[in-house]
Order: sequence, then structure tokens, then C-alpha cells
Amino acid sequence: MNGAQSLVKCLEKEGVEKLFGYPGVAIVPFFDALKDSSVEEILIRQEQNAAHAAGGYARTTGKVGVCVATSGPGATNLITGIATAFADSIPLVCITGQVESHLLGNDVFQEADVSGACESFVKYSYIVRDPADIPRIVKEAFYIAGSGRKGPVLIDFPMDIQLAEAGKFSYPKEISMRTYKPTVRGNGKQIKNVCLQLSKAKKPILCVGGGVHLSGAEKEIRQFAERYQLPVVSTMMGIGVMPSDHPLYFGMVGNNGQSYGNRAMNEADLIMMVGARVADRSVSQPGLVMTGKVLIHIDVDPAEIGKITGATTPLVGDIRTIFKEIEKHEITTDTSAFLRKLTEYKTQAKQDKQIASRNNMRKRAPHTIDPAAFIHTLSNAMDKDAIITVDVGQNQMWACANFAVREGLFLTSGGFGSMGYALPAAMGAQIAEKDRQVVALCGDAGFQMTMMELGTIHQYKVPMKVVILQNHTLGLVYQYQKLRCEKRYTMTEMDDSPHFECIAQAYEMEYYHISEESEVNDVLREFLLDDHPAILVCDVDPEEMA
Amino acid sequence: MDRVFQIIVDNTSGVLSRISGLFSRRGYNIESITAGVTADPRFTRITIVTSGDEAILEQIEKQVAKLIDVRDVRELKPEESVYRELAMVKVKVSAKEREGVISLSNIFRANIIDVAPQSLMIEIVGGQDKIDAFLDLLEGYEILELARTGIAALGRGIDRVVHIEDDGTVRGWTDHMRALEEEKKLQQKKNGKKARK
Repeated sequence: MNGAQSLVKCLEKEGVEKLFGYPGVAIVPFFDALKDSSVEEILIRQEQNAAHAAGGYARTTGKVGVCVATSGPGATNLITGIATAFADSIPLVCITGQVESHLLGNDVFQEADVSGACESFVKYSYIVRDPADIPRIVKEAFYIAGSGRKGPVLIDFPMDIQLAEAGKFSYPKEISMRTYKPTVRGNGKQIKNVCLQLSKAKKPILCVGGGVHLSGAEKEIRQFAERYQLPVVSTMMGIGVMPSDHPLYFGMVGNNGQSYGNRAMNEADLIMMVGARVADRSVSQPGLVMTGKVLIHIDVDPAEIGKITGATTPLVGDIRTIFKEIEKHEITTDTSAFLRKLTEYKTQAKQDKQIASRNNMRKRAPHTIDPAAFIHTLSNAMDKDAIITVDVGQNQMWACANFAVREGLFLTSGGFGSMGYALPAAMGAQIAEKDRQVVALCGDAGFQMTMMELGTIHQYKVPMKVVILQNHTLGLVYQYQKLRCEKRYTMTEMDDSPHFECIAQAYEMEYYHISEESEVNDVLREFLLDDHPAILVCDVDPEEMA
Repeated sequence: MDRVFQIIVDNTSGVLSRISGLFSRRGYNIESITAGVTADPRFTRITIVTSGDEAILEQIEKQVAKLIDVRDVRELKPEESVYRELAMVKVKVSAKEREGVISLSNIFRANIIDVAPQSLMIEIVGGQDKIDAFLDLLEGYEILELARTGIAALGRGIDRVVHIEDDGTVRGWTDHMRALEEEKKLQQKKNGKKARK
């Protein structure tokens, strides 16, 4: 057995069913070994999308996603995808081919120091030096990626090690890493303290982040909120923890969030941050928001607690485990007055929005639709448990505010904001669960960034749907220039967009187009109906603000 | 004020760059950094002198602890530790000036390690204050070259020993002793059972 065969065998042992990749000579032995294995490979069209697709796959299955690229340019192409996963703590194992060990450092053909380049956005990286180390390295890599605060791990795999004799294969059953022991159980004293603080609070609020999804604690959080009637807001990554229409849910917070969500945070006397890192886009002025409040910060990563703002009560551990523990305690709290007030804010804001949208309608250019209303309609037309992947830009802002998540998943690149994420991530999600409805929502710019993946969708008959909000601009930056640069638009207009209909045709996808409000319901029904890949383009006024 | 951190890491390739990279990336200051093997050759001791407010120092400790190669990180507080640095100074001296520099070196218990017609090389070991003071006094002379190693440090006394067990676990001394005792008890129990059998 050679090193490549050993690595493939390890992937089988880890239960890997699918991986996303692109070959080059330096990783050919690996793919060669893959041919004899149960692991199914999906050939993507550009390496960045292999990492995004593996991310979508991981977020759908809860397993560690795997992507593979060759040395040099293949590896550097992966980097944006790796950084995207790191920013959102998505578990990936990224395998890169590398030039032969004895040539390392000589600037030979297709050589790149990828472990050096990725250092600041991987959880850990390995360069395999000895084929005998492969089982231990893979075991550790999957363990590191999928435990504690999850994230990408890189394995750089020189060509000669892939071909070298690896000896007798034995996969370690257990893992022992002295230096890496993430805390799972929360400190009992602190848990009691949390319950005590909650009992004392008059206006407590839960702010949930992506950590809740990563821990698989959605059910526990919902039950906890319902049991004590606690209002809940979320960060962008926390969307979907609560169903959007839940009476206890008060939307997304932050500078792109709901006014009533931010108001709820401001007026609370106790904030319980759960799996959220007090990021700048969620809490733009932590000093102001947190003053005079009790802050309970629950996170699996101790370094996140106190990074931005000091917590009154820090609690480190796995969220699901912690809430199962909290469940055993009794908390007395009466939030009815606070809830009544917050519900008033919410009702008022929704009314204001309706009025504003009616006013906007008059201003809107002819043959364009209201993107906010469209996204809301889309969410209701989709299956209850459908997966939506959302790109970056105006479409993301509209989706965060208007997409009603019921039992499905809302996947977007929150931390890193990588344009072009939605399409490959949806592909990964759809490949993970081929019977579930998966829709990618993007702008016409973001779509063009990764639309080469239509080739993959075509080749593997991935039955996903793509919605493109077309406004012929880089909407969010265009909007920024409108407000901050006195309408001096530079680099944000894309007048001669390609004919998406022809592109759909080229890849044998169904094509739909909406430019009138009156068409929305009928077209959406048809677009979502069968399990054939399809593209829907909606015309949006470039002056529409998000 | 400068603060000294002691970090025990696995002796893996790239570990120093991971640590220094973390400092530069997150904008933490490095006044000096030294690294060398510990009594157990599997591990390296890194001593970093840094500065920042309490919040930053707390973050430094947490972020460093998060790195997977790191076994132990702790601050070595001045009142509980000894810091030492070595400096080599090459001073330009004429035959007339030579005596003065030598006697100054003697006061500081510094050693002359190289003598040349126009220069002297002096080696001085001590806390940073001592070295700074010595350099201040050399101001009247022309310093041709200066090499400082940065601080190496250890906690004082046996209580502050950071012990690396055979299996690689890092423990404070009291915890180490407790572990030893527990092991002994366990052994005795086992022996007792055997005897009864």
C-alpha cells in the first residue's frame, strides 16, 4: 500500500462518502487510489468552489467536508474557500498535492507554500513527511476540524510521499492529543450562575449565532426560549435557529439587521450571547450596547469571550451540552411586559415597511420587481425544509430580512463575505441530500463569479435551482457609492450582462424570467416544481436599496 | 509595561512561525522572542516579551493557548521569576581608552571576549535593566555593533516549576506531585490485590 492508498483508506475509515476536487499531476496518485474506493469524487470546475461546495456539504450533513486540489495554482485557488470556511467555523479537511519533498523550497513547477499561505485561516495544517504518519494525521485532522470551534484543516501531501510504501495499514481507534482538548461540558458553577442571573433579569434576551447550528442545538434553544418565554434575536449566521415567524423571534441584529431586533438588544437588561462572537457587523458599537447590562457569553472558544467586550458571566463549552444541563435547573422569570413591548415594535416596523414598500412601488422602474417581497414569496413557495444558500451583497441583505426560514437551512458566507459562495455551496448541499429542495439565491454579479459550476451541475445532474436577482450592477457597492461618493459610480455597473437564457440553454437548464409582480406566483410554482436544474432571473431596479 | 510569557510547545516544524505569525497578525507587540529546547527534547520553551493592556494580554494568552502545538502558556510575573538576557557589545577603543572600558566591564561583571587593535568585544549577562545601564555608561565610546539575545526566564522556586510528564502532559509542580501520589496509591492498591490473591 502506498501513501495515497493509505490516505484514501483513512477517508473511508472516517466515513467520507463524497469529496469535491480537481486534479493536477501532483495529486494524481491520490485520485488514482480513489478509483478503488467507496468515496465518490465530484469534479468541480475551479478549486475555490471545491471548498465552498465542501462547506455547503458540511453544513447540510453536519459532517466534515472534504476538498482536494493539486499543488501550486490548485492549492492557491482553494484559499478563498478555506478562508470562507474559517471565518464561519465550518469543518473541512482540505487535501493538496505538493511537489516532491526533496524539491520543496526550490521554486519548482507548480510549487506553492500553501500551508504557509493558509496559516492564518486554518485551524491546523500538516505537511506529510513520512507515509507511516498518514493514519495519525488524518485521524487528528478530522478530529480537529470537527470538534471544539470547528474549522478547516489542511493536509499538504508531497507527490513522493503519495507514492512511497506506507507499510501495514492500521487506523488509530482513539485519539490522544495532549495539546488540544476542547471543553465540552460547561462549568457547573457558572451554569448555576447563569440561571441565577436570568432569574434576576427583567428584560432578558437571547442572541444566537452560527455556533448554535454548529453544535446542533437548534431544538434545545427553541425549547429553552419557549419554556421561559425569552425573546430571541440572531446574528446573520444564526438565522434559522428560530423559525422566522416565531412570536419570540425578533429578527437579525446588526447594521444590516431589523430595527426592532436592535431595539430589543438595546433595551434588554441581560443579553445571553450564544455561539456568537460579538462581530462588528452584528454589534457595531459593543461598548454602547453592552453598558449597564449583564452579558452572559456562551461559546466553545474561550478566546471569543472577552475578545470584543467583557462578559459578566463567561461560560465555555458545547452549546447543546450546556443547554441540556441548563434544562435541569429551575429559572423564574416573567418577561411578559418586555415581550409585549418588543412585539409592538415588531408590528409597528412591519407596518412601516409595508407603507415604505408601497411608496417604493411607485418609484420603481417599469418591468422590475420588489426584491424584498419576492424573496418572502419565494421562501413560502419553497418546501418547508428546503435549503437556501444566499450569496453576498444586496441579495444577502434582502434575504436576511425577508426570507422566512421554517424548518430548512439558511446558508451564507457571513464572516468572510465571499461573493460567488451561493452557487457552489448549494451544489454541495444538493449533492449531500439529493431529495431535498435546494435553491441558490444570488445577484447577477455573484453568479458570474462562479457560474462555471453550471458545468458540474450539468455533469452530475444536480437538481438545484438558481435564482438571480439581476440589476446589472454590483448592487451593494453601487448603493454605497450612491450614498457616500455622491453617485460617482466606478467599477459597479455591468451594463452588458450576458444573456442568461443562452447560458441556461448551454447547460441544458430550464430557464425562467420575471419582470412583473403579477408573474411572480405562477412562475415560482413552475420553477420550483420538478427536480430539473433551473435558472430564474428576476429584474430588479438598480436604484433599489437594501 | 513589558510582560513576559512562557510558552511550552511541541517541537514541530513551523511552530515558531505559527506563534510569531499570530502575534503579528493580531497586532500584538513582540519586544523579544527566544526559543530553545527544554530539558525534554520533545518540547521547546519560547519566551516572549510583549506589552499591552489587560484585555490584550488576556487575548494573547487565550489565542496562544488555542494554537494546537501549544502545551502550556503562562505569564512569568517579575516578582515570581528571574529574567536574564545576554548582550554582546563591540566597542571601538584606542589604546588609551581600553583600560576605561575594561574597568567598567569589571564593575558590571561583564567579560571581555575578544580584543583587537581597535576594538573590544564584551559579553554581559543580566536583567534588561542591568544591560541597559551598562550600555548607557558606554555612551562615551563608539559602539560598533550590538547583539542582544532577548530574555530567557524561569519562575522562582520549586512551586513554580512547569513539569512535563513522560506522556507529555504539562502540569504545575503541586499537580505533578499530586499525580505522582495518586499513581503510587493506585500501585499500592494493585499490589495489595495481588498479595491477597
